[in-house]
Amino acid sequence: MKPDTSIRVGADLVTALQVADSIARFGDRYLRRVYTDHEIDSCSGPMPVRSASLAARFAAKEATLKVLRPRGYRPDWRSIEVRRHDGGWCTMALSGTAAELAAQAGLAEVAVSLTHEAGIAGAVVVALCREQQSEEPVVTMEGVL
Amino acid sequence: MDETIRTVLAEHGGFPVDVASIGDDEDLFEAGMTSHASVNVMLALEEEFDLEFPESMLNKSTFESVTAIRTALVGLTGS
Repeated sequence: MKPDTSIRVGADLVTALQVADSIARFGDRYLRRVYTDHEIDSCSGPMPVRSASLAARFAAKEATLKVLRPRGYRPDWRSIEVRRHDGGWCTMALSGTAAELAAQAGLAEVAVSLTHEAGIAGAVVVALCREQQSEEPVVTMEGVL
Repeated sequence: MDETIRTVLAEHGGFPVDVASIGDDEDLFEAGMTSHASVNVMLALEEEFDLEFPESMLNKSTFESVTAIRTALVGLTGS
């Protein structure tokens, strides 16, 4: 690894039951405030499977936040998206403030691995920082400072 | 307003402790509220107070304490 390259790692766990409860209680309002259309479409099937898949995606969003290290304003959940590819693997797609934070931190690549077992979903996000940037980027509503 | 906030927190915050034992200015995340639970708290508050938190307020500080939530709600409802 080059001297000016570093790695950031984030991980998180979410239970499928938490997500299933949120869907049962808040329905579409919950789904639309947290997940993108692509994520919702990617998580089909009966509720135990669907809630586990969505829980893994929420864990990925939270793990990505740990990598982005925002201070103050937190990016919209939907600006941190899990993109599922035809082969079944997933990548992270950042937009808006999340993308600005990534650029500020010099994150050239953000990789993700999702898993779920026995009702617990987890995600690990690894990001490669190609340039040494400020350790703690500050984001306001106007953007990154 | 505080009673409603605390009722919502008790129902949706997922705290391992009695919400009544959490001080107004105590950090709710340090008290055990997860990020996912904070989404439920936000949605329940929107229902209770018939409003919608704008994206500009969807940050951790808005929901970090009872006082912070009250301040946000007063700002949105004007009362």
